[in-house]
Amino acid sequence: MARIGVFICHCGENISATIDVEKVAKLAGKLSGVAYSVDYKYMCSDPGQTLIVDAIKEHKLTGIVVGACSPRMHEGTFRKAAEKAGINPYFCEMANIREHCSWVHPKSDETTRKALDIVRTMVEKVKNNTALFPIKVPITKTALVIGGGIAGIQAALDIANSGHQVIMVEKTPSIGGHMSQLSETFPTLDCSQCILTPRMVEVAQHPNITLHTFATVESVTGFIGNFEVDIRLKAKSVDFEKCTGCGSCWQKCPSKKIPDEFNAGMSFRTAIYTPFPQAVPNKPVIDRANCTWFTKGGKCGVCAKICPTGAIDYNTEDTILSVKVGSIVTATGFDIKHSDFFPEYGYGKHPDIIDGLQFERLASASGPTGGEIRRPSDGKEPETVVFLACAGSRDKAKGIEYCSKICCMYTAKHAMLYKHKNHHGKAHVFYMDIRSAGKSYDEFVRRAIEEDDVNYIRGRVSKIYEKNGKLMVVGVDTLLGAKPVTIEADMVVLATAVVANEDAESVAQKLHISYDKHKFFAEAHPKLKPVETNTAGITLAGACQSAKDIPETVAQASAAAAKTIILFSGSELTREPVVATVNRSAAPVFTTCTGCFLCQEVCPYQAIEREEIRDRAGNLLMNAAKVNAGLCQGCGTCVAMCRNKSIDLQGFSNQQMLSEVMGLLNEPF
Amino acid sequence: MAEPFEPKIVAFVCNWCTYAGADLAGTSRTKYETNVRIIRFPCTGRIDFMLLIKAFQNGADGIIVSGCHPNDCHYTSGNFHARRRWIVFKSMLDFMGFPTERITFSWVSAAEGKKWAELVNETTDSVRALGPFTEYKNLDFTTFNQMDHEAIAR
Repeated sequence: MARIGVFICHCGENISATIDVEKVAKLAGKLSGVAYSVDYKYMCSDPGQTLIVDAIKEHKLTGIVVGACSPRMHEGTFRKAAEKAGINPYFCEMANIREHCSWVHPKSDETTRKALDIVRTMVEKVKNNTALFPIKVPITKTALVIGGGIAGIQAALDIANSGHQVIMVEKTPSIGGHMSQLSETFPTLDCSQCILTPRMVEVAQHPNITLHTFATVESVTGFIGNFEVDIRLKAKSVDFEKCTGCGSCWQKCPSKKIPDEFNAGMSFRTAIYTPFPQAVPNKPVIDRANCTWFTKGGKCGVCAKICPTGAIDYNTEDTILSVKVGSIVTATGFDIKHSDFFPEYGYGKHPDIIDGLQFERLASASGPTGGEIRRPSDGKEPETVVFLACAGSRDKAKGIEYCSKICCMYTAKHAMLYKHKNHHGKAHVFYMDIRSAGKSYDEFVRRAIEEDDVNYIRGRVSKIYEKNGKLMVVGVDTLLGAKPVTIEADMVVLATAVVANEDAESVAQKLHISYDKHKFFAEAHPKLKPVETNTAGITLAGACQSAKDIPETVAQASAAAAKTIILFSGSELTREPVVATVNRSAAPVFTTCTGCFLCQEVCPYQAIEREEIRDRAGNLLMNAAKVNAGLCQGCGTCVAMCRNKSIDLQGFSNQQMLSEVMGLLNEPF
Repeated sequence: MAEPFEPKIVAFVCNWCTYAGADLAGTSRTKYETNVRIIRFPCTGRIDFMLLIKAFQNGADGIIVSGCHPNDCHYTSGNFHARRRWIVFKSMLDFMGFPTERITFSWVSAAEGKKWAELVNETTDSVRALGPFTEYKNLDFTTFNQMDHEAIAR
């Protein structure tokens, strides 16, 4: 016979302000099976928990219902209290009378009645609870890092330096990410590649890191500690074992007119290519979409002829590599909007209206102009350059309400770089607000304005058009009484909005992690779990979560690495025992499962196995389903699918759910 | 004067999206109608639709089934199974003449506290307009019971 204890929390006044808690406790005490009922100011406090522990012991309670906050808040707390009192922790249920009742309804009899209904529902459930025991699963102490930008590099190095294995997957032929494209970095103006490339090399040479470039994640199954990941190794057409990286192939490649991604489309590359001189690995791949051998059916073949080591192989195919990892760091980075996004600025048709990344390449010593700032249309030094902050960002009409965070700083940097290289040039910046909250950031912007004579104009630009070989930038100066301003410019740089990667959505769906409406990946909690995702074992690093600058990205990447190292610090993981089970009984029944295996078809985790039931002589009697508790995640889709209810979900069993419905609707008083 | 009709609405929701969305409505203090009672499932894919029948048998006037948006299921595909099951179940109920407008099938994410409040208010209003669900209660079981007894007697 069940002896249930009901504990109603006031939560200070959060609950008691709208619910008559004494009445709920009193009426709950009269429910069938309830042996003890009480209300208390703060159930989650130490005295509150002691009250529960003492009541369980004194009244020989077999289960408890805590009428308080959401189970997502304090279920763990009260389960521990139940365990402390000597009963199985899974005989504790939460009745959510705060988030689902007192906080959303006014003080009324109806609200109190609803609270009682919620408590009664859980009393009926807990009567049907069973003792459950946490499941222990081993952990594969290898981490997968998706993305080889600065976020992925930092996370991989931190994890690898802690002594654990790391597998890094990068979709492009080289690691380095957007940071490798930058010229100088704010607020110190140190050269981006100078600080990045040593770290890239460190990744490549680290004994604990396995690097897969030109590779993507194909599928992810499994769960925290035990993920199985299929990695698609795209056909490189070059045998990296044989290739020495001499570069003869790309020097001789006749397909030379392919827009260079690394230079943001401002120069050309060949079909067989390494993205940039410091690429890691510094070995070429063939871009098959642009290679004559592949587009024109076996014509050309120059690179194979020229290669001194015979490393070129046109017949390689994509291969799938299956790996087992315990945790995944998602560091897939970001993209920016390009100038073709802006009808008011000419849809990107004018070559001298460029985006921030293109300016980075112009300013970079390794860029198409060797670091001289010359405009793309005719190669002349621009005498007047206009920089537009907030191009797209904070613009509801463009569907991008958020602040891209890095543009204020990099616009100041761009204006400074321009002034440092073209001393007589004039730099104008149109801005909405200057957001330079960071260590030494505001000082940096002041430097641009005060020392480098950059003209900051607070206002937006409505139109840019061409007139007599000049770009007419039509804006407004809102600090001078909304006076219209027109600047004749030679070049315009748009600080375009930071957006999620094109493939962010598909990556999120493969990883089963959530994302926001802008396709940035969602953290588990905006303040207290900014690194974790809602899928245990998967963490976020860098701008795939939201726009971030380099210091923030590196900090988050180290945090993601720390989360991984914490996970790897134990030998096994304790999991909630909310898993499905197939009933079993003694011979000759064995089980009511008929072996239809509909459960197997709907299971998203391949957790249903086939078990052969044999007699002593070894004759096959029947096939029955069996659940692999290590793989089962407890969704219960199989339970709803089962035709004769042979499979059930621990913690949310058929009997429990039915009891909840009946308990909820059948009011005894 | 009889009290105005207040429907009983049972909500079958998943733990990860809609339950969390309802929690968010709570933490944001978004006010909504008191008529709804939530039953928490791990996933909408777990919901055995026979429980909906049980709820109506036992006095529910309206039902909400809600989980994660398509593609956002915590368990990858449970909400798709729920949606398929709902389509089949609804066509069966329609065939039997059951007033399926008493059941609302929806998606509410963990971020949509406001949508949850709106969903509850809209469903409450529509079920209130439909009036109490009495079709089941008005069924005359006496003949059935007699037939049962006679059958047992034979």
